[in-house]
Amino acid sequence: MKKITLRPKDKEYMFLDADNVTPDNFAGKTLDEVRAIEIYEGNRTYALGDYFEVSGETDPDPNEIGILIDGSVPKVKYIGMKMSAGKLLVKGSVGMYVGGWMTGGRIRVNGDAEAYAGIGMEGGELLIEGNAGDYLGATYRGDWRGMKGGKIVVNGNAGSDIGESMVGGEIVVKGNADLQAGIHMGWVSKKKDNPTIVIEGDAESRVGAQMTKGEITVLGKISYWLPGFIYQKDDQIDYDGKQYAVKVYQGDRGEGGKGTLYYAGA
Amino acid sequence: MSEILVKNGYVYDPKNGVNGDVMDIAVRDDKIVDVVSPTAKVIDASGKVVMAGGIDIHAHVAGPKVNVGRNMRPEDKLFNTSKRTKMTRSGGGFSVPSVFETGYVYSRMGYTQVNEAAMPPLLARHTHEEMADTPLIDQSAYTLLGNNWLVMEYIKRGEQDKLNAFVAWMLKATKGYCIKLVNPGGSEAWGWGMNCVNVSDPVPYFDVMPSEIISGLAAANETLNLPTSIHVHPNNLGHPGNFQTTLDTIKLLEGVLPRDGKKRDQVINFAHMQFHSYGGNTWKDFETEAQTIADSINKNKNMTVDVGFVTLDETTTMTADGPMEYYLHNTNHLKWANADIELETAAGVVPYIYSPKISVCGIQWAIGLELALLIDDPMQAFITTDHPNAGPFRRYPRIISWLMSNQARLDRLETLHKVVPDRVAIGGISRVLDFYDIAKMTRAGPARALGLGNMKGHLGVGADADVAIFDYNPKTMDPTIDPAGIEKAFTNTAYTIKGGEIVVIDGEVVSKGHKRTIWVDATDGVVDPVILHDIDKKFLRYYSVTMNNYPVQDEYVANGLIVKPEAA
Repeated sequence: MKKITLRPKDKEYMFLDADNVTPDNFAGKTLDEVRAIEIYEGNRTYALGDYFEVSGETDPDPNEIGILIDGSVPKVKYIGMKMSAGKLLVKGSVGMYVGGWMTGGRIRVNGDAEAYAGIGMEGGELLIEGNAGDYLGATYRGDWRGMKGGKIVVNGNAGSDIGESMVGGEIVVKGNADLQAGIHMGWVSKKKDNPTIVIEGDAESRVGAQMTKGEITVLGKISYWLPGFIYQKDDQIDYDGKQYAVKVYQGDRGEGGKGTLYYAGA
Repeated sequence: MSEILVKNGYVYDPKNGVNGDVMDIAVRDDKIVDVVSPTAKVIDASGKVVMAGGIDIHAHVAGPKVNVGRNMRPEDKLFNTSKRTKMTRSGGGFSVPSVFETGYVYSRMGYTQVNEAAMPPLLARHTHEEMADTPLIDQSAYTLLGNNWLVMEYIKRGEQDKLNAFVAWMLKATKGYCIKLVNPGGSEAWGWGMNCVNVSDPVPYFDVMPSEIISGLAAANETLNLPTSIHVHPNNLGHPGNFQTTLDTIKLLEGVLPRDGKKRDQVINFAHMQFHSYGGNTWKDFETEAQTIADSINKNKNMTVDVGFVTLDETTTMTADGPMEYYLHNTNHLKWANADIELETAAGVVPYIYSPKISVCGIQWAIGLELALLIDDPMQAFITTDHPNAGPFRRYPRIISWLMSNQARLDRLETLHKVVPDRVAIGGISRVLDFYDIAKMTRAGPARALGLGNMKGHLGVGADADVAIFDYNPKTMDPTIDPAGIEKAFTNTAYTIKGGEIVVIDGEVVSKGHKRTIWVDATDGVVDPVILHDIDKKFLRYYSVTMNNYPVQDEYVANGLIVKPEAA
C-alpha cells in the first residue's frame, strides 16, 4: 500500500469542500496532479496544494492507496465522499459529510466528526474514534432512501437523527445517542435488507420513530419512549461476546411497523 | 444587421416539403431570408441534419407547482448540478431543473420554444417571473380555465357570450396563450373531496358536467378565433380502463372544425394521451388501448395529441389534477404536496419512479411509443413527456432514438417485466420514423397546432430564424441500427440558432439569448362592463386579492410578443 500524506498548511479559511479527496481520485495521478486537484472555498475554486502539503506516493490502483490527513481539519467537508476503495486516515477531527455516499474502502477518524458523517453510505467502513454529530449515516435532505450498506462505528457519542431513513447497513455507537435514533428506518428496505443500529450507551428519546423494519439495540437507558413500541417478550442476546438480558419490543405501530427494539437498560 | 448562412446541410422542413435535400439556409437579423450578402457568417452544415428550432407544446417548466417540486425535492439536485461558466449561471435538478438549467438544456437539444402547460391564473405573475428567468427559449403559458367558478356558472346558465368575454379577459389578465383544461370539473370537485371520473359526472354545487365545460370552452375558443385550440388534459388520467373516458371526450368534438382552417386543423389538443389510453380494469390486468385511441385520432383529423412518453426514469409528477396526485401518493406513499387555488384550480406534486422492473411502468412506456407509431400522421402526434410527469424533457433524444429504431425498442422491451410483452403491442409494430417525421412531431406539427405555423417550426423565407443543426449524417449513418448515435446527436446540437443569434455551439451555450414571451390578446370588442361587474363581484366576495391587483402587469412579461386573433 502506498501512503500519501496531506499536512494542513497554516492557512486561514472559512470552510473547504474537499469532495475530491479520495483514493479513487488520487489513483494514477502524480503528486503535482494531486496538488492541483480542485477544492472549493465557498463558490471559489482553489487547488488542494494551496491548503495542504502533499507528500508520499500514489498508485494506479485506488485499493493500494492510503491517504493520511496529518492534522485536525474540522472545517474541511466531504472528505472521502463517494470513495470506493483504499484507506483514509485523519489524525484529528473532520468537518461535515465525511465518507458521504462511500461505497467501499475504509475511513478512520482519530478525532470527532461533524454532522452527516457516512450520509447515504452504500458500503465500506467508517470508524470515528471521537464523537459524531447529527444525521450520522442518515439520508440526504428530502430523500427517502438513506444508508444502504456498510458499517459505521463511533467510539464516542452521536447526535440526533442517526440512521434516518436507513435502508440497510449497520451503525454502532459505543457512547450515547441523542434524539430519534433510527427515525424512518426500514420503510423502503427490500426483503434482504436488515438495517441495524446498536447504541451501547443511553438513547435520549423517540428511538425508532416511524421505523418499519430493522433492528435497534439499546444497552443503556432510553429516557422517553414512543407509545408505538409494543412489548413482546424477555430474551437474551449475545453482543460483543457478552450476554445481555433484554426486553424485546416491536414498532413503530404508528406506521404499522415491524421493527425490533432490543432494550437492555430497563 | 447580422447575417448567417447555414451551408450544405441536409434540410428537413416538412411545411415547405423539404425532405433531406442539401440546401443553404440564409438568416438576416431574426428572420429567414432568401439570400444574404457575401460577408455573412458561414456555418458549414455539410454532413449534418438541419431543422427548424424545436417546439415543446406541453411541459411544466415555470410557475408555482414547478417550484413546489423544486423545493420539496432537494435530492433531485443532489449530484445533478452544473457549475457557473462565463456565459451560464449555475443550476441543477434532474427532473425539475432550475429555470436557467431549463433554458440551457432545451437549447442544447435544439429547442427554441417551450410552452408552460398549466398556469394557475391567480399565480400567473409567479409563472411569468420564472419564464423571465428562463434564458434562450421563447415561451408561452396556458391559462387554466377548466375549473374556474365563473366559467362553470356561465356554462350552467348558458351565457356563451359572457363566457367568451371572460375567457378573453382572463387570457389578457394572465398574459396567457390559450385555454387549458385540466381534469375539467374534477379539480374543483376535489375541493369537495370528490372527482369527475367521466365526462358526465356533475361537478358538486356547480352542477355542470365536464362535457359541457369542454364544449363550452371549445366554442368560446372558436368564437374568439384564438390562435390555438383548447388544450385538454381529460378526466380520469392514469387509471386502468380510462380509454373509455377518452373516447367520450373525443366524441364531444367530432366533426367540429376550427373557425380559421388556414392557421390550424385542430379544435382540441389532447395533452399526454399516453396517460389516457389505458385498458384493463385494475392494475393487475392493466393493458394498452393505444390502438383504439390511435384509430379514433386517425379518423378525427380535427384533433391532435401530445404523447407524454414514459421514459422509465425517476421523476417528479406535478399537475393541476389534484385528485390524481392524491391517488398517486396513495399508490407509492412518497411525499405529496397539494394546493387549492381559490376559485380557479388545484394542484398536486408527488415524486414517482418509473421502474423498468414494474410491469405497469413497462406497459406505460410501450403505450406512449405505440400511440406515436399508430397515429398515421405525425402532424397529429407531438413528442412530449408531459415534462416532468412521464419523464424529464432531457430524455427527448432517447425517445427519438426509440421512434427511429425498432431494434432499440425491442432491446428495451426485453429488459422489462416479463408480463409486459403480452399486454402491449409494441413488439409487433415495425414502423420506424425518419427525420422528416421527427421534424413534423417536434417542429412543424406543434407550430401549426399552436397557430404559429407561419412564424415558427419551418425554415421558409419569413420564418423566425430558429435553426437546429445536428451532427448526424443521414446518408452515411443509419438511425435504425444506431440509437446511441441519434441520442448523442439530439442531446447536443452542433449549432442552435435562436432569433438569428447563435446560442449553442457543439453543446456549449455561447449566448445569453433574447427570449420572448408570447401571449394572446383577444379582448378587442369582446369585453363589456357586464362581465367586468361579474368578475369584480367574485373578487369582492371570494378572492383573497382585489381585481385591481390581479392582472399581470406588462413589466412582468419578458420581451412580450402579443398575438391577436385575426377576423376569420
